[in-house]
Amino acid sequence: MSMQQDLAPTTGDEVIQNYTINFGPQHPAAHGVLRLVMELDGEIVERLDPHIGLLHRGTEKLIEYKTYLQALPYFDRLDYASPMAMEHSYVLAVEKLLDLEVPLRAQYLRVLFAEMTRIKNHTLNIAHHIIDVGAMTPPLWLYEIREDIMAFYERASGARMHAAWFRPGGVHQDVPLKLLTDIAEWLDDRMPRLFEDAMSLVVDNRIFKQRNVDIAIVSKEDAIKWGFSGPMIRGAGIPWDIRKSQPYDVYDRMEFDIPVGTRGDCYDRFMVRVEEVRQSVRIMKQCLQQMPEGPVCSDDRKVAPPKRAEMKQSMEALIHHFKLYTEGFKVPAGSVYVATESPKGEFGVYLVADGSNKPYRCKIRPTAFSHLQAMDFMSRGHMLADTTAILGALDIVFGECDR
Amino acid sequence: MSHSAPLIQTPKGAVKAISKALGKHLVSIEETNHEVAVHIQRDALVECMFRLRDDCEYQQLMEIAGVDWPERDPRFEIVYCLLSLTKNHRIRVHLTTNDDQPVPSVTGIWPVAGWLEREVFDMYGVLFSGNADLRRILTDYGFSGHPQRKDFPLSGYVELRYSEEEKRVKYEPVQLAQDFRNFDFLSPWEGADYVLPGDEKTGENAAQQPAAKETAKRSVRKPKATGDKA
Repeated sequence: MSMQQDLAPTTGDEVIQNYTINFGPQHPAAHGVLRLVMELDGEIVERLDPHIGLLHRGTEKLIEYKTYLQALPYFDRLDYASPMAMEHSYVLAVEKLLDLEVPLRAQYLRVLFAEMTRIKNHTLNIAHHIIDVGAMTPPLWLYEIREDIMAFYERASGARMHAAWFRPGGVHQDVPLKLLTDIAEWLDDRMPRLFEDAMSLVVDNRIFKQRNVDIAIVSKEDAIKWGFSGPMIRGAGIPWDIRKSQPYDVYDRMEFDIPVGTRGDCYDRFMVRVEEVRQSVRIMKQCLQQMPEGPVCSDDRKVAPPKRAEMKQSMEALIHHFKLYTEGFKVPAGSVYVATESPKGEFGVYLVADGSNKPYRCKIRPTAFSHLQAMDFMSRGHMLADTTAILGALDIVFGECDR
Repeated sequence: MSHSAPLIQTPKGAVKAISKALGKHLVSIEETNHEVAVHIQRDALVECMFRLRDDCEYQQLMEIAGVDWPERDPRFEIVYCLLSLTKNHRIRVHLTTNDDQPVPSVTGIWPVAGWLEREVFDMYGVLFSGNADLRRILTDYGFSGHPQRKDFPLSGYVELRYSEEEKRVKYEPVQLAQDFRNFDFLSPWEGADYVLPGDEKTGENAAQQPAAKETAKRSVRKPKATGDKA
C-alpha cells in the first residue's frame, strides 16, 4: 500500500490507462460494416480486434439450394467492386468439374472483361485509399474511369454492376463490334489521360508519402504465413500471380509484367495496384487485337442454352432451353478447388458436386479473410490515424468478406 | 484437358513424395480432376502439416473448408487447401471428424488458420483444440446453432426487426408469409426412386384403363410444371 502511494502521481494528475475504442461499424473509412475494437495507449494502437460478419447473408447456404446457373448471380454480390472477377472463379470451377471446353472468343471476352474489372476495382480502391489519407481531387477523376467501365458493363450485359455475364460454357451474349472499338478508343485516350492525371497528383505527393511510406511493413515470411495473395503478397516483394503461374482462359497468350514492392509498406501496395492498372490496359489491348470471331458459348446443349432464333425453328432446342432453365444441368460428382487472381488476391471456390443439379457444397475463399486478420499485427505500434491508411491498402470489401 | 480453369501440373513424383513424407498417417491419396487430395488421420494433422510445409514445400494455407455429410460417420469433412509457391502446385488435405471430437489446430504453423478455424467452428460446430480464440465469426452476437449443417433450415430460426414500441431490435421466431418452395427437378424418366403421384396402383393393377391413368397423371403433374416456371 505504501509502495503504491509512493508511486502515485501528485495531486491533480490521473493515472492514464489504456482505453478501448470502437472504430465502426458505421464509419466512412471502415469501407463497409467493419467494427474494429482497438486498444489504445494514447494514440498508439496496442491491439486490434476486427469484428466481421455484420454483412453475413448466408450466400454459401443459399447456393446449396439453387441450381448451378441460379447460383451464379450470388457471386456478383460478393465483391461488388469487382463482380465479373468473382464470377470467373465459379464458372471455371463448374467447367472443370464438367470438363467443358469454352470457345476461344469467349475466353478472350472473359479475359478482356476480367481485366476491365481489375481496373474498376483498383480505381475504386486507389480512390478510397487516397480519400482516407485526405486528398479529394484524384478520387473524383478516378470515379470517372469507374463510371465509364460501368457503362461498358451495361453495354455488354445490361447491368451496370451485377452483370451475371460469365456463364458456365462461355459468356451470356456476344458484344457488338462498336463496343469493342469504343473500348479500344477509351484505352488509347480517355482512360490513360484520366488515370495518369490523377496519379500525377498523388504518387510523388509529400503528404501522401508521409502517410504511407514505412507504414505497416510486411516481410516476405509474414506474407506467406498469413496467407496473403494478390497485391498484398506482391507488395511484400514476392512475384506471385496466378495469371502467370497457373494461367486460365487465354492469360497464357498475354504479355504483361508483374509489379512487386521493395519495402512491403502501404505505399508499395498502393503502387503495385497503380502499376497493375497499366498492365491491365496492356492485356486489354492485346485481347482486342487477337480476339477471333466465332461462338461465345459452348455448343454443348446439355449445359449451354441454344440461341433464341434456333428455338423458333427447332423443337429440340426449345426442350433444351426449357430443361436448362428449370431443371438446370447436372454436374458429375467430385470436388475441385479453383482459384483465380481476382483484383484483391486469390479468390477461390471449393465446389463439391454430388451428381445432381445443385452444388452440394460451395465454399468461397474470400481474399479479405487472411488480409483483415493480419491487420492486428500490421497495426501494432502505429498511430490511430494510420489504421485508415492500412485498411485502405488492404482493399477489403465486406460483401466478399462476410458472404 | 479441354477446360480452361487454372493450369496446375502435378510435379513428377509429387504424389510419391507426399505419401513417403506422411508415412503411416496417410489414409489415402488420389488425383481426381487434376487435383491431388490427401486423406489423413485427424490426430496426426499437426505433424502431417509440418511435414507438408517443411519437407514438401507447401508454404501457404489458403483455405479451410468444412463439408457436412449427415449420413456418414464421422459426419464432418474438413478440407485444408495448401499452395506451394516454389513448386507452383496445390493440394487438398482431407480429414473427418464429429462434433464431439476436436481437430488439432494448425494456428501454430500458420497464424492465418485462426480465423479460418473460427469460421468452420461457427458454421459446423467443429471444435479445434489449441485455437486460443475460438469465437463465432460470421454470425450474429449471441447466435445459436451452426448454419451450414445440412439439418439447419435455410430460413434459420429467428428473425429480427426494430420494434417502435420498445425502441429496440427484437428477435422473433421466423414467420414466412409464403412457404419455402423446394422443387424436385430430378427427372422421373431417369430413375427416380419414388412412386409418381397417381402411379401408386400401377404395380398391383396393370390392367387399368390406360386413358384414365394418363389423365390422372397429367392433372397431378400440372401444378408442378407451373411451379417450375415461376
